[in-house]
Amino acid sequence: MTQPDLASLPITAFEDVATLSARRSARWRPGLAAMQGKALHSEIFASSREAAGAGAALALALDDWRCAPRADGQEAEDRRGVLWVQTREAARLGGRPYRAGLPQDLQGRVIHVLAEKAEDALFALEEGLRCRELAFVIGEVAGNPKALDFTASRRLTLTAQKHGVPLFLLRIDATRDLSSARMRWDVTCAPSAAPEWNAQAPGDPAWKAELFRARSHAPGEWILAEKDAQLTAGKTRENADRAVANWTAGLQHRRMPRRA
Amino acid sequence: MAMDRWRLGAPERRQLDETPLVLIADTAHGPRIEAANRAGAAAGARAGMMLADARTLCPEIATAPSDPAGDLAFLEKLAVWAQRWGPWSAMDAPDGLLVDVTAVPHLFGGEEKLVADVAAAFARRELAVRCAIAPTAGAAWALSHYAASGTILGACDDAEARLGELPVAALRLDQDVVTVLRRLGLKKLGELTTIGRDAIQRRFRNRKSPAANPLIRLDQLLGLVPEPLLPVVPQQMPLVQRRLLEPIRHRQLLDQVVSDLADDMARELEGRGEGARRLEIGLWRVDGEVTVRRLELAAATREAAHIVRLFASKLDDIDAGFGIEMLRLRASWAEPLALDQGDIEAAAETHGIALSALVDRLAVRLGAQAVTRPVPFASHIPERAQRWQPPLEPEPASQGQLAFHKRPLKLLDKAERIAVLYATPDGYPQRFRWRGEVHEVNRVEGPERIAPEWWRERGATRLRDYYRIEDQRGRRYWIYRLGIVGDGRGGAPDWYLQGLSA
Repeated sequence: MTQPDLASLPITAFEDVATLSARRSARWRPGLAAMQGKALHSEIFASSREAAGAGAALALALDDWRCAPRADGQEAEDRRGVLWVQTREAARLGGRPYRAGLPQDLQGRVIHVLAEKAEDALFALEEGLRCRELAFVIGEVAGNPKALDFTASRRLTLTAQKHGVPLFLLRIDATRDLSSARMRWDVTCAPSAAPEWNAQAPGDPAWKAELFRARSHAPGEWILAEKDAQLTAGKTRENADRAVANWTAGLQHRRMPRRA
Repeated sequence: MAMDRWRLGAPERRQLDETPLVLIADTAHGPRIEAANRAGAAAGARAGMMLADARTLCPEIATAPSDPAGDLAFLEKLAVWAQRWGPWSAMDAPDGLLVDVTAVPHLFGGEEKLVADVAAAFARRELAVRCAIAPTAGAAWALSHYAASGTILGACDDAEARLGELPVAALRLDQDVVTVLRRLGLKKLGELTTIGRDAIQRRFRNRKSPAANPLIRLDQLLGLVPEPLLPVVPQQMPLVQRRLLEPIRHRQLLDQVVSDLADDMARELEGRGEGARRLEIGLWRVDGEVTVRRLELAAATREAAHIVRLFASKLDDIDAGFGIEMLRLRASWAEPLALDQGDIEAAAETHGIALSALVDRLAVRLGAQAVTRPVPFASHIPERAQRWQPPLEPEPASQGQLAFHKRPLKLLDKAERIAVLYATPDGYPQRFRWRGEVHEVNRVEGPERIAPEWWRERGATRLRDYYRIEDQRGRRYWIYRLGIVGDGRGGAPDWYLQGLSA
């Protein structure tokens, strides 16, 4: 059996225009919800020593919320509430949401649920996902509880898809386990940009976010920041492009063929 | 009336009719007489007297405890019963009733016959009664209390002349106002007008309540100002029950009966155009025990499947004993609910659930305290400036926040102490240890000084200087120093970490 000579193929044929455009669309970027719809089930891994996870989850959720196209029958202004479920352990480690520090849009909308165990939190999350009077659901679970296995996460994904309510599940101090989440992020704090008036002060929040697993996007790493109620994403690594190309082509990293 | 009701309680009590008897209530100064029977009154006992004083007048006086709450309940029933003479009745506690007989007397053959009918009906119930008919409630009250029983004041009679003979107490005034009027020499209603309206107006100008101002009462008596009254409207709680031929001992059967009851209740509520806010299910056991489980709903509903689902977890720990022979479901709190509500459970399969149903389900499984909403509270202290309330209640009115004070996204339940390793001369920590890890402060903003709330705290509470900081890895925190050096309220100030910023 003869192998086709890869070297004889022109590289541009392999990376043709379609691939290029696929590469463009494969990248995650802010405001993507306008074209592809909301990300319905995301997991965000974060440390309990910082509020980066909650901050980034809110920023991502609000980005989707603002950018998603509005259906015909919907009200002009979205007045739906937000369900924020915490296990007691997560609340003890990372604190509870503080109304005055929440984004302006959300201050009057948060319904907080404090669950004793991870099972109760999962119950609350699933019930919340079935409620279309909620804009999105945020869950905070500390560690890797037994109840939160692949089956449980699959249930959450299916419920979120069925009813169209996005779920952002914060995994506090957790290791990366099996999950059916559509997008899985790892978020830590990043030094903020200097504010305009007082360069010595902490500025608008910024996060280093790694998308390490996603169904319809290439993995990548960004510096996320919120500016004027807009989510912005800056690059961190130059070599991310190649990973995207290979991911689109469904190939492992291919070496450049050496010309004779 | 209290005495009549007491007498009706048991047959043997009628034998006490001839002996002096009083009903007493215990007060801080000893027993006080609340009511006295005819013989007691003849012996000198009056309502409001101390029992000891009455005993000096009549040593052989018999006593029984009074029951004001029972009297009120009896009066309420009596008010509903009295609606046989008119479509509308109101209670006049402690012992009066007002019935609106507008356009009614001709059904009884005239006002005289109506009054006679009233007297006969009360006589059948063995209740003493004094009644009067007048164009206004105030005039009727005055005539029934201070004129002959059965007095009728027609619309064309001269009300002022007929009422003028009554004592000033007929105005339903407080006792001290009556005393003032007596001291002024005004004993009859007719005399009030003799000294001129302005004089009385000057004397009572700062009395706003009708019971303290004779002019308002006089105007009400003559029908010059309206007098709103609270009618008694009989109300029945929606209640359904099942008696079981065979006592049930198993959960499956119990669920079936509860579901039947919920269906009955839904029909009952639908007929009334209401939805239940609070439900009580009572389970009567064969051995005489009664177990009651309550359920409160965030919004009015009459959805049988929803009710059954919420009760299911409440009935988990029921001990059936030898069996349950009767179940009763009662909606002790119902609210109007329009008829267009869809089927919550069926809709849940296709359309998701409503927010109120979600809150109900979460509250039933996790407890009502677990489902809350943060609301602002008027306080400077950060942990006090936020309170948690039930999620569907309206928010309390509050002042807007100051936009230039940035607040952290999350607040720790309790501020955690940090160990400052190296502090700058300015006062904020350059390096500190929190939860076992050292943080290097790179950027800082502050201080924002928050003084203790002196109207709440003890005098020794120290002020707080808050700093927003960012450490070497970009983690943002909200820390504060409790007190300042040399404020005379304790030793060296401590540092705490209270909030985590996004």
